[in-house]
Amino acid sequence: MDVKTLIQKSIQYRKRTLKAIKTANAGHTGGDLSCLDILNVLYNHVMNISPDNMQSPDRDRFIQSKGHSVEALYVVLSDKGFFPDSALDTICQYQSDFIGHPTRKIPGVEQNTGALGHGLSVAVGLALAAKMDERAYRVFTLMGDGELTEGSLWEASMSAAHYKLDNLVVIVDRNGLQITGKTEEVMALEPLGQKFEAFGYAVKTVDGNDIPALLNMFSQLPFEPGKPSLILASTVKGKGISFMEHKADWHHHVPTDEEMLIALRELDAALETQVG
Amino acid sequence: MSAVLSSGKANLEVFADILLETGVQDRDLVVVTSDSRGSGKLTGFGKKLPAQMVEIGIAEQNLVGVAAGLAAAGKKTFAVSPACFLTARSLEQIKNDVAYSDQPVRLVGISAGVSYGALGTTHHSLHDLAVLQAINNITIVVPADNYETREAVRAAYEQNKPVYLRFGKKSMPALPHNPGDFEIGKGRVLREGDDVLFVATGEAVLPAFQAAEELELHGIMSTVISMHTVKPLDTDLLKTYADRCRAVITVEEHSIHGGLGSACASYLLQVGYHKPFHIVAIPDEPTVSGSQGEIFNHYGISAEGLSQLAMNMLVEKEQIA
Repeated sequence: MDVKTLIQKSIQYRKRTLKAIKTANAGHTGGDLSCLDILNVLYNHVMNISPDNMQSPDRDRFIQSKGHSVEALYVVLSDKGFFPDSALDTICQYQSDFIGHPTRKIPGVEQNTGALGHGLSVAVGLALAAKMDERAYRVFTLMGDGELTEGSLWEASMSAAHYKLDNLVVIVDRNGLQITGKTEEVMALEPLGQKFEAFGYAVKTVDGNDIPALLNMFSQLPFEPGKPSLILASTVKGKGISFMEHKADWHHHVPTDEEMLIALRELDAALETQVG
Repeated sequence: MSAVLSSGKANLEVFADILLETGVQDRDLVVVTSDSRGSGKLTGFGKKLPAQMVEIGIAEQNLVGVAAGLAAAGKKTFAVSPACFLTARSLEQIKNDVAYSDQPVRLVGISAGVSYGALGTTHHSLHDLAVLQAINNITIVVPADNYETREAVRAAYEQNKPVYLRFGKKSMPALPHNPGDFEIGKGRVLREGDDVLFVATGEAVLPAFQAAEELELHGIMSTVISMHTVKPLDTDLLKTYADRCRAVITVEEHSIHGGLGSACASYLLQVGYHKPFHIVAIPDEPTVSGSQGEIFNHYGISAEGLSQLAMNMLVEKEQIA
């Protein structure tokens, strides 16, 4: 998929995500918007995952460790044809399968997530199985930066390096904010890149909201033979909506009617710039 | 001691033997360990089938998460770790990554209950049946002897669902069995009598069986059920024999809270059972120090303790009647 189409898709995805959150009257707005460009590039350009190949043992695997950014994932999966768009209007509704974190009841979702610090271990298991079976599939997992304080991730990191899982790709949505405020004030993570390197990853940093930069980054996988790849994706929480950007308050805030109008107007203007 | 009981191996050794036998046949069988291959009797497996063993190191959360990922990729996964750590340290991984995600991991808690005896509370698992019973989509199996172990491991291997297998480390004599009488979810009746019903699980079945034999010398006839599957509980069998007997005693190597006894009591109360009922388990107090046998004796999980309790219960019942 070409860059222009991907950029337009990101804007459309943002619109649909906000509408879904508004309908559900719930959702993790800030984190959805920060990781949407990454999900877009992964699903539309990098990973061989589609409704047609979900039974294939050779499909790539995606585990969304930051499960709370589920609205963004649902929007991308819906666009990929895993389920109709109308399903997005059932998010968090009574008896809907579309709950507020990913579950395997939803076509396209590989693993139930939501508790932080779990996705990487599962991804390691999937990547290990690929090595055992000499299969060429890759395993991608998306983590939030707030969840990096979970000790289990560092256990998993040790095993990823120990087993030389160069078929594993870990992406950190480094938006710098978590529900309480700045990650560095809640519990300092830096120097994050050095920590990951010390744990045995081949680490690269990228602007995680820059589609061409992401495409370039993913084209270099694996970064180093015999090492798991880690992408430290610098992102903006609330990306794309002027009054949501860089605001911890938008972690799970639902836009008011007025805020929705402004947000959609901003996205439509961005879309016009792209189309025009 | 009973004349009918012949000597056997530790259930854990039988488990390891079957795993190796099956692993040779099925290259998709994978064992995941947390620096626990020695205590899990799996050193031989690791030597013979190194490509089918994944060492995680002392990191139980990662052990269970990785096992879930391997299972998701189609591997027949056994995650082996001391029960005390497996079901506490990694409880959230069991709940979410295995049970909730429906990944068919066979979780194997080794040296369970008070098998580690004098090593103390850190190494005891007296909570595992309680916490796992409260988690949806996981079968809990606690084999009593080598026969049940063999059958349980085979059944867990074939059943592509989350399961918890719990093993002690003591050599277990062979209890009576008929070929083909083991099925997950179905208790086994080891002997029958209409006075007392013993419902026991795991290594606590043996003292219950011995108590029944001792009671017979006093003219008291007992039924002994090996309730190897704690969840789902075989309530039909429980009710049938509870109705027939004059008193029920449950026996387990677990806290008095939330284990087999609680499950039986909860069920029987709701179906209107109102005869004498007693849960024999480890009480809610700092556990006495000692070997497994000494701890069992201390808390009456013994032929003597259980037969005495049964006689007292029957006498009290007569007095009330």
